[in-house]
Amino acid sequence: MEIRTINAADITEAVKKLFMDMNYHIGKDILSALQKAQQEETSPIGKNVLGQLIENHAIASSEEVPICQDTGMAVLFVEYGDHVVIENGSFEEAVQEGVRRAYIDGYLRKSVVSDPVFDRINTRDNTPAIIYTQIVSGQEIRILGGCKGFGSENMSSVKMLTPSAGLEGVRQFVLDVVRYAGPNPCPPIVVGIGIGGTFEKAAMLAKKATLRPIDTGHPDERYARLEKELLEEINGMGFGPAGLGGITTALGVNIETFPTHIAGMPVAVNICCHAARHQETVI
Amino acid sequence: MTKKITLPLTDETIRDLHAGDSVLLTGTVITGRDAAHKRLYELIEKGEPLPVDINGEVIYYVGPAPAKPGHAVGPAGPTSSYRMDKYTPALLDRGLKGMIGKGARNQEVIDSMVKNGVVYFAAIGGAAALISRSIKKAETLAYEDLGTEAIYRFTVEDFPAIVVIDSYGESVLVK
Repeated sequence: MEIRTINAADITEAVKKLFMDMNYHIGKDILSALQKAQQEETSPIGKNVLGQLIENHAIASSEEVPICQDTGMAVLFVEYGDHVVIENGSFEEAVQEGVRRAYIDGYLRKSVVSDPVFDRINTRDNTPAIIYTQIVSGQEIRILGGCKGFGSENMSSVKMLTPSAGLEGVRQFVLDVVRYAGPNPCPPIVVGIGIGGTFEKAAMLAKKATLRPIDTGHPDERYARLEKELLEEINGMGFGPAGLGGITTALGVNIETFPTHIAGMPVAVNICCHAARHQETVI
Repeated sequence: MTKKITLPLTDETIRDLHAGDSVLLTGTVITGRDAAHKRLYELIEKGEPLPVDINGEVIYYVGPAPAKPGHAVGPAGPTSSYRMDKYTPALLDRGLKGMIGKGARNQEVIDSMVKNGVVYFAAIGGAAALISRSIKKAETLAYEDLGTEAIYRFTVEDFPAIVVIDSYGESVLVK
């Protein structure tokens, strides 16, 4: 395979477009789930809220303004082809500059503070973005981006379950996290679940699960079934749209899995609001 | 039925509002979220004057996105209210009459709302572009250094909200 050279400016441009687009235009998976939920919702107030969310997507998309004022902290999962060489800059700086340009030029909110405990001073350009890079073979760079808000991020949780907890333990933990979150994370939510790996791997899987379209299922039919069952149980909780009651508490449940240690069964639940913004680009 | 409410709220209007009522608010509100609340609270603790007179005001928990040219304000939906719970009773004791946010409040806040005759509205979280259409004007009142977290005065017209906890402590949020 030949070495391919990519200009750093092209990466910046692609990342900028990725974050602007995802903040203005919701994915088809979410929009059709909202439309279906609006048809089926039995609570009048819930139906009304869903109608407003659909209208909000139409306004955001046509005016090219953010769907939600919380335009998140930018997260990127990168598959970096091992035959790619960057010229005129570094990959890291090119990505950060793309995020910076998207948030400044795209009228997106700057929500990142420099230090978590002491200073908490806004960095004014929404950087740094969080970048997870995996080296794969090939001549392309594939970037999956997300920008979830923190209302739902704050409702997320990781638990180090042990093997004897079994399927029931996983189910119980997920439902406990969702029940505790209640009306706060802007329901109807998307529930991203990471199971396996290590402490941090489970959390990353859960994040990645929130970035998967909700009209796709886990490839293993046992997990795909669990996704469906959990969705049904969550919608039976009655929180409904905006937590004002109804049968639509979640739009989707996505599970991602990974092999784990003989002694463990880590589970992470990353809750995402109904404005589940994610998009992929290939350079 | 949707009630049209003119701001500032009177005690009589507040008494007439009940959990579950849909309202359209017209008038002005002040904004404030985490960082502004912390600063206001610290001033109250020290017995120092506040940069904004909150007596009789309605506060909207929001950190708007920047306004595009030609827009009064960027998308501006509510943020989660519970993060303000720690600071809220002190503000209600200072005369704050209404709050707009999203999600649940703790018991201390509800008790203080009943004591002070205060109403808590929810706006629809995530309907930010839609909501911003009812915000006609935005001016900075205090803490400009906080950027999106500064205290603004919004002039609103038919701002859509729902009474989720009324001044009697009744709530429509699903527990």
